[in-house]
Amino acid sequence: MKRRDFIYLSGLGAGAMMLPDLSAFGKSINAQDLLAPIDAKAKKALADVALNAARSAGASYADVRIGRYLSQFVATREQRVQNVSNSESFGVGIRVIANGCWGFAATNDVTKEGMAKTAARAVAVAKANAKIGGKPVELAPQKGYGEVSWKAPIEKNAFEVPIKEKVELLLAANAIATKGGANFVNSAIAMINEQKYFASTDGSYIDQDIHRISPNFQVTRIDPDTREFQSQPSLSSPMGMGYEYLTPLASEKVTGVVTRYKQRYDMLEDIKQATVNAGEKLKARSVEPGKYDLVLDPSHLWLTIHESVGHPTELDRVLGYEANFAGTSFVSLDKLNSKSFKYGSEHVNIHADKLQKGSLGAVGYDDEGVKCGEWEIIKDGVLVNLQAIRDQAKMIGLNQSQGCCYADSWDSVQFQRMPNVSLKPGKNPLSQEDMIKNVEKGIFIVNNGSFSIDQQRYNFQFGGQLFYEIKNGKIVGQINDVAYQANTREFWNSCAAVCDERDYRLGGSFSDGKGQPQQVSAVSHGSATARFNGVNVINTKRRIG
Amino acid sequence: MYTKEEAQALLKKVLSYSKADECEVGLNFRMGGNIRTAQNAVSTAGETDTTNIFVSSTFGKKTGSASINEFDDASLEKVVRRSEELAQLAPENPEHMPLLGPATFKPSATWNADTAAMTPDTRAELIAQSMKATKEAGLVQAGFLENSSGGAAVMNSKGLFAYNKSSDVTFSVTTRNDAGTISGYAARGFTDIKKLDTYGATKIATMKANASKDAKAIEPGKYTVILEPTAGAYMLENMFRFDARSAEEGRSFLSKKGGTRLGDQLMDEKVTIYSDPFDPDLPSATWDRDGLPLEKTYWIEKGVVKNLSYSRYWAEKKGVKPVPGPSNIIMQGGNTSLEEMIASTERGILVSRLWYIRMVDQQSLLLTGLTRDGTFYIENGKIKYPVKNFRFNESPVIMLNNVEALGKPERAISVESYRSYMIPPMKVRDFTFSSLSDAV
Repeated sequence: MKRRDFIYLSGLGAGAMMLPDLSAFGKSINAQDLLAPIDAKAKKALADVALNAARSAGASYADVRIGRYLSQFVATREQRVQNVSNSESFGVGIRVIANGCWGFAATNDVTKEGMAKTAARAVAVAKANAKIGGKPVELAPQKGYGEVSWKAPIEKNAFEVPIKEKVELLLAANAIATKGGANFVNSAIAMINEQKYFASTDGSYIDQDIHRISPNFQVTRIDPDTREFQSQPSLSSPMGMGYEYLTPLASEKVTGVVTRYKQRYDMLEDIKQATVNAGEKLKARSVEPGKYDLVLDPSHLWLTIHESVGHPTELDRVLGYEANFAGTSFVSLDKLNSKSFKYGSEHVNIHADKLQKGSLGAVGYDDEGVKCGEWEIIKDGVLVNLQAIRDQAKMIGLNQSQGCCYADSWDSVQFQRMPNVSLKPGKNPLSQEDMIKNVEKGIFIVNNGSFSIDQQRYNFQFGGQLFYEIKNGKIVGQINDVAYQANTREFWNSCAAVCDERDYRLGGSFSDGKGQPQQVSAVSHGSATARFNGVNVINTKRRIG
Repeated sequence: MYTKEEAQALLKKVLSYSKADECEVGLNFRMGGNIRTAQNAVSTAGETDTTNIFVSSTFGKKTGSASINEFDDASLEKVVRRSEELAQLAPENPEHMPLLGPATFKPSATWNADTAAMTPDTRAELIAQSMKATKEAGLVQAGFLENSSGGAAVMNSKGLFAYNKSSDVTFSVTTRNDAGTISGYAARGFTDIKKLDTYGATKIATMKANASKDAKAIEPGKYTVILEPTAGAYMLENMFRFDARSAEEGRSFLSKKGGTRLGDQLMDEKVTIYSDPFDPDLPSATWDRDGLPLEKTYWIEKGVVKNLSYSRYWAEKKGVKPVPGPSNIIMQGGNTSLEEMIASTERGILVSRLWYIRMVDQQSLLLTGLTRDGTFYIENGKIKYPVKNFRFNESPVIMLNNVEALGKPERAISVESYRSYMIPPMKVRDFTFSSLSDAV
């Protein structure tokens, strides 16, 4: 589930909300401070204090996460700058097992005294919780790696780029939209740097430097006659990259009825075509409901993969840990163990990859010190594996964790989160054009719109942004008001073809929500364009008043 | 926790460092704790305590903001200087509005000392009560209890000072059997912890779970639905933005050809929606982020769009008085009990909870989502049997045109945003279910 759009209620609960909730983002800091990392030796010394204090208080296991989370956000609207903010959140979260039970405590007092006190608090919480009962926690074994580090392979640190340059890019984009006939335009760049230090009683001291970037815009056009409006968002994707993502490169473009982007993005080109597309969409005919063969672009399909494969194969959901909120799963251990559960057609090969280049979920080690890697989830249509962390691995017959543990902040407890989960490209040569040539009655869908799926991930409905009608092998123009509904398993079993690796691209979410209190994570999903036959399409046009 | 006097003294000190034309300083503080359960055991538990000082400095129409969570004199002066430096670097804001001067705000009823005094032990005891009910029913629970106490204060160089503190507790629980073939849910939220009965709420969740056994599949289509307040709150919260600017700009469900829907009969005349900071069941602060006093305000009255909210900038541009947005939402009810609604229904669906609601179309506010954790078929005035869950495609505006009966409003929590609203049970005709879900 992606975190819902913020519902703006001015002053609602004003006692706590009158001012921006800066605790959610951290405190604002000067731009130059974003470039000054904290020395790993100092972090190790502090972490050792916490680990020793936890052991002394009775913990059989402890881990420490010293987290420094930096973000920069630049937002504009038409000709003006709406917001420029730099923020930092710094602190430590300590997790322990004592008397067979988890305990957790966090503090922003990152001193030796603060570490020791917080470790003792975590042990006290564990001991208090242990009195309520329950099965003792059993961790999959994990070797200590000693002192190691991992850095995201970025080419240009976005925090080093002057704000002026970012503002100029966004205002230039807005000017193109306005000149092209947009009534309103918003644009923004969000940048995140997670500096995470993990240490545990297993003997690991892991220093990681992770970068993410999300450039985006929204163009709105209003029909002066009907007063109807259409908005078009950017075709960018949030990426686990540096500012190089914003350097246009012809080889990273996918041309066609609309230009899409791989590992480099051209915002100025994209906003020009989005403005045109929003105008055409205002005039587009409303879809006739019925069965269509859907050709789904990776800019759209990533979200379908996320909701209908990523989430149902999370082991904590299978076991019931999300039953009160995000839900459980139609996938069960029985289905996995049968080794014959047909999740999709033979074209469906889905894997998890925690190291995928440019992806949002790329890390060297997870938040319980497990070295990350790749594994298959669906092979030739059959369910073969799930996603697990250390205290669950044994339940699916693994002798070590798959490294799926993550916390969105130093003060959040880490738990099972989705790795990058992607559909592998087809093995035989197939371009998007070749795929469309073979479709008689279909719709080509680009970019994601509304999305909703039930609490066990059977029934879903997805919208999109650009819908192109396909008739007898040709795209004949935009249509509107399209959403498709399907059952997860039927949908994936209707997968008739997947384009080859030339068409492979990443999409993703900056803020995938789960847990109580809710946490977010960033994750990418790759695919090439894929075809799904005979999917139920509904018309979403309604009138009020 | 900061008292009014402590907050005033701290903000006065911060303000004393200012050299800007205008300066606004704010204080946010929050303490809270939570406990989460799964498989009839505690899965996580935690406590948080955060405090932030926020400073906004303005030179002409150039504003810069900064925040800090260190409170020694040097740090306080540093955050003021930083906001001033940022202001000098910032572009002019054409929508800048000068700060407001002194005002008197009525006291709020948002604070409850018992709720603020909750400890890990009281949370554990409330969860133990909930688990007792689950175990008595032979079921398995996953639940979440969270309490928070906090407040905000603001002071500016024009002499305005406002302070408010509040406390709240929320609880939700899902009960299922080991096989995962039944499910029931309950959620409660209060300002006063003494009103929270986790045992009673969990009993209701277990009763719903047991009643949901052997759910039948029935055809999707248009049905009369009875929405319990938990379902109604989540459905309607997508509509509670009565913003004049977006309506006048032409990009809201409240836009129409030639202007806005202000004054239009947009819904059934049984529908009245207002905000009231002094409502005893859902109190809110009595001032907004601009330092404007909050009063009882009708947004929809007898189905007519009565007010739109105007920011100070947009109000000045349009030559009207500013109207602060809703501080809370209360939907006026009626006198029909849930039982009477069921008894008067020839053929319909009782909906306990909705799930994963997302916007499909901004213009019509068309939403999609699903029923969950207790969906029952009603025939000839009686609940006949549980049914499989449905996906719906419906607009809350269209839905509120089709209201047949309303019950007494209850404080209900939206299951995703965790915000509380006062929402009545609603009986609504022609609610559009578009497909079936196998999910339990």
